Amino acid sequence: MAAKSRRKRRKEQTEYYFDYSLLFIVIFLLGFGLIMIYSASSYTAFQDYGDAGHFMKRQLIAIVIGLVFMTVVANIDYHFWERFYVIGWGVSAVSILVVLTPLGIESHNARRWFRIPGIGLQVQPAEIAKLCMILFLAVMVCKMGKSIRTMKGFFTMMLMPLPIAAEVYFITSNLSSALIIMAISLLMVFVASPDYKKFVIMGLAGIAAVVGVVAIAVNSGGDGNFRFGRIVAWLNPESQAQDKGFQTLQGLYAIGSGGILGKGLGQSMQKLKFLPESQNDMIFSIICEELGLFGAIAVIIMFVMLIWRMMIVANNATDLFGAMLVVGVIGHIAVQAILNIAVVTNTIPNTGISLPFISYGGSSVMFLLIEIGLVLSVARRIQLREM
Amino acid sequence: MQYNHIYHRKKITALFFILTIAFVLLLGRLVYLMVWRSEHYAALATELHERERSIKAARGQILDRNGVVLADNKTVCTISVIYNQIQDPEEVIQVLSKELDMSEDAVRKKVEKYSSMERVKSNVDKAVGDRIREYDLPGVKVDEDYKRYYPYGELASKVLGFTGADNQGIVGLEVVYEEYLKGEAGTILTVTDASGIEVERMGEHRIEPVPGNNLRISLDRNIQEYATQLAVQAMETKEAESVSILVMNPQNGEIYAMVNVPEFDLNSPYELPEGMPENISSEEKQNLLNNIWRNGCINDTYEPGSTFKIITAAAGLESGVVTPESSFSCPGFIVVDDRKIRCHKVAGHGSEDFTHATMNSCNPVFITVGLRMGVAGYYEYFEKFGLKQKTGVDLPGEAGTIMHKMEDMGNVELAIVSFGQSFQITPIQLLTTASSIINGGRRVTPHLGMEALDSDGNVVETFTYPVTEGIVSEQTSATMREILELVVSEGGGINGKVEGYRVGGKTATSQTLPRGTGRYIASFVGFAPADNPQVIAIAIVTHPKGVYYGGQVSAPIIRQLFENILPYLGIMEYNQ
Repeated sequence: MAAKSRRKRRKEQTEYYFDYSLLFIVIFLLGFGLIMIYSASSYTAFQDYGDAGHFMKRQLIAIVIGLVFMTVVANIDYHFWERFYVIGWGVSAVSILVVLTPLGIESHNARRWFRIPGIGLQVQPAEIAKLCMILFLAVMVCKMGKSIRTMKGFFTMMLMPLPIAAEVYFITSNLSSALIIMAISLLMVFVASPDYKKFVIMGLAGIAAVVGVVAIAVNSGGDGNFRFGRIVAWLNPESQAQDKGFQTLQGLYAIGSGGILGKGLGQSMQKLKFLPESQNDMIFSIICEELGLFGAIAVIIMFVMLIWRMMIVANNATDLFGAMLVVGVIGHIAVQAILNIAVVTNTIPNTGISLPFISYGGSSVMFLLIEIGLVLSVARRIQLREM
Repeated sequence: MQYNHIYHRKKITALFFILTIAFVLLLGRLVYLMVWRSEHYAALATELHERERSIKAARGQILDRNGVVLADNKTVCTISVIYNQIQDPEEVIQVLSKELDMSEDAVRKKVEKYSSMERVKSNVDKAVGDRIREYDLPGVKVDEDYKRYYPYGELASKVLGFTGADNQGIVGLEVVYEEYLKGEAGTILTVTDASGIEVERMGEHRIEPVPGNNLRISLDRNIQEYATQLAVQAMETKEAESVSILVMNPQNGEIYAMVNVPEFDLNSPYELPEGMPENISSEEKQNLLNNIWRNGCINDTYEPGSTFKIITAAAGLESGVVTPESSFSCPGFIVVDDRKIRCHKVAGHGSEDFTHATMNSCNPVFITVGLRMGVAGYYEYFEKFGLKQKTGVDLPGEAGTIMHKMEDMGNVELAIVSFGQSFQITPIQLLTTASSIINGGRRVTPHLGMEALDSDGNVVETFTYPVTEGIVSEQTSATMREILELVVSEGGGINGKVEGYRVGGKTATSQTLPRGTGRYIASFVGFAPADNPQVIAIAIVTHPKGVYYGGQVSAPIIRQLFENILPYLGIMEYNQ
C-alpha cells in the first residue's frame, strides 16, 4: 500500500491537479437528475407526447452538449476569458433584450426564453447573465484591488451588476434569477473584502426588511400585487389551496406523504398530474415522495460536498481571479439549490427556481456545466506540491 | 502570488459554513415536514388521489307467507366508455351499436365525447353485457348492477309498490320497508391521477356492500292470484270501474290478499295503459300515474252503506238498547224529526225482531237503534271502535275517516250514519272494525310485514303490531257472529253462502255521490267459520252496470273465494 501510494504521488507531482471528486459529484447529480426527470415526467410525457422518455431524452442531449462545453472550457486556461469581461456584461444586457424580439418565447405568462434560429435551441438569457456576471465580477475584484475594502468599492461592486439584475426582473419578470445575480455579487464581495461587521449589519438589515415586506403583504391581504399574494399564500397555503397556494400545497402533499423511507422510486402519486412542473422546479418534492427523508438528505449532502470540493479549489487557486471565479460559481449553485429547496418546502414564498443539475431545463444545465468547466480549469492550474 | 491573502481563504471557508448552515436548516425543515407532518399531508394526499365509486347493495327480496318470491333482483349491466383508454374508436362504435341496438351516430357521440367516463346505456341485459365483455375492447367498461324485478308482473302491484332509478322504494311496501330492504351500499376506492384516470398498479380498495334484508309478508300468492282472477272477472262481467278484494285473518290482522283491479305492471310502472291519451304534459301524466298506483283499499274512502250496520248493531247490543229478540215494526219508512227516511223495501218489513231486521237490512230499525243511543252515545262507540283513528296498516298513505263533528250531528245525521251513509271510511277500516266485532272484541292492526330475514333465511326481526282489547264484550261478539251467520244462511247475504261451511256476512249497496246518478258501490263483507272466524274478506265493486245490489254482485265473489281458499287454508268442513 505504502509503496503504491508513494509511486502514485511521485507520478502525480509532475502533473497538474485535476479534481475528479468534483467531476464525479457533478456526474452523479446529472445521472440522478436524469432518473428523477424520467420518474417525474414519464406519465405526463407519455400522455402528452406518446413517449415516456420525452423529457429525459431532451435533458440527456442538453447534458451531452453541456459536457462537451465543459471539457472544452476545462482545457482552456481560464485567464483566456479575462479579456472578455466587458463584452460579457454587454452580451448579458443585450441577450435579455432579445426576448422582446420575435425570437422570444412566451410561456407561463412570462417571456424568459429566446430561440436560437436554425438549431431551435431555447436559451434563457438569465443563465447567460449569471455566467457573464461571475466572470465580470471576478475580473472587477482583481482590478479594484484594495479599494474594494472601502464603502465606495463595495457599492461599486453591487451597482455594476444591478442593471443586469433589473433587466432580468423587469423584462423577463424573473425575480429569482435577479436575486441570484445580486446574491452572487454579494457573496463575491463578501469573500473579496476582509471585513465582517459590514456584512453582519447588512444581514440584520436584510432580515428586518424581509419582516417589513411580509407585514405589509399580510396587511394588504394579498390582493392587488401578485408577489404580495404569493407571500400570503406562503404563510398559509391551505387557505388558498385552489389558487396561489395550489402548487406549494401539492408539493407539500408529496413531501409529507414520502415520510422517512419514501414510497419507492417511480411510486410517486403527486407526479400524476397533481403537481404542476413536477420534473422542473418541483422535482425535489418528487424526490422526497419517492425516496423519503433519506433520499432528500442524500441530495443535500451531495450539494454540500460539491460546494466543499469547490471551496478546496477556491482556497488553492493560484490567483485571486481564479479563486473569485470559483466563489462566483459556488454562490450560483449554492444559492440556487438553497432557494429551490426552500421554495419546495414552503420555507420561503413560491418563486420559480430550478434545482441545479437535477431539474429539467436544457439551458440551465448547459450553463452550469460551463461554470463547472471553469472551476475545473482553475483546479488544473493548482500544482500539487502547493497543497 | 499576488493572491493568497489569508483572509480570502478564511472568507471562502466562512462562506462554505454559511451555506452549509443554510442547507442544515432546510434539512431541519424537511425533517419536520416528513416526520411530524407526514401523516397529515399523506392523509390529505390520499383523499386527493382516491375516487369513490359506490357498489349498489342487492335489495332484499319480498317473499309471500310461504316464501314465494314476489319482488326480486335482476342483474343488469351499465355500459360505459372511457375516452382515454379507447384504442380503436371505430371498432368500439361498431360493436356497441350492434350489441346495444343503438344507432351508430348515437354511439359515436358518446365515444367521441372527451370526458373521463361516458355512460352509453344502462339497464342492459346481463347476457348482452357478457357478450360485450367478451370482445375485450380497451376503454369499454361493463358494470353490473341490480334492478328490481317482479316475477308476477301485475300481482299485488298496489301493495308491493316499486323502486326508482336508484333502487329506492317509491310506493307500497317497497317504501315502508325501505330501511330493511335497501341494505348498505359498498364502495370501491380507486386511485386516480389528477384527471380521474385509474392508476392500475395501485389496485382497488373494496368495501363490500351489505345486501338488504328479505321481507316476508303475510300475503299468500295463491289467494292473491285467485282473488285477482275473481276481481278481474267481476270487473269485466259487471263492466265496473274497479273491484277491490281484501282478505284478512280477523284474529291477528294478517292480510292474505289485497286486490285492486285494474292493477299495473310493476316491471314497467311508468307506462300508461293502452287507450290513454298520449300527447299530455308530464304533469298530467304524473297525475294519471298517481291514480293508477293508488291502493283503493287504503288510500280511498267510501260510504260503507249497509255493511256498516254490523257496527251499529254491535254498538246497540253492547250499550244494551237492543237485544237480538227486541221487536220492531217497519212500515217502509221512518220519520226522524221532520224528515221521512225510506226503507229500501218500500212496502216495509212489518213486524220483525232485531235479528231479522239485520237479515233484512232494515233501515228504520237501525235508525231506531241509533236514536235510542243518542248522538253522544253513538259517537262514543264510533270512537271506541277505533273508527276515527287510522288502522295503522303498514302501507303508505292510509286515508283517514271523514265523519261529522259531534256538535254538528242532529238526529237526522245520526239516523243516516246508523245505516252507513253520509260519512266515509276506507275498506280496510271497515274490515278491521268488523274483525274486532266478530273476534271477541280485539281490535287488531291489519298488516302485511311479518318478519325480516337475512340472506340465509334467519329471522332478523319479527314485526309485532298493537292489539286493543275490549272493543266489545265476548257476549256481544258471539251474538254478532250468530246474527251475521243468519244474514248469510237465510237473509240478504244468501249468495255468500258456501256449501259445507258456516259463513257470516253482510251486504251493502250504497249510492255514490252525487246522488241520483244511478251509480252504486256493491259490497259484501264475509267471514268464516262463523263460530270461530279465521278469515274475513270484503269485495267492493265500484259502479257496476246492470244489477248493482251487493247481495247479487259482491256476495258471489266472496262465496267463490271462500269455496277455494277455506280448504286451502286448512279450514275443514264441519257442517253440523
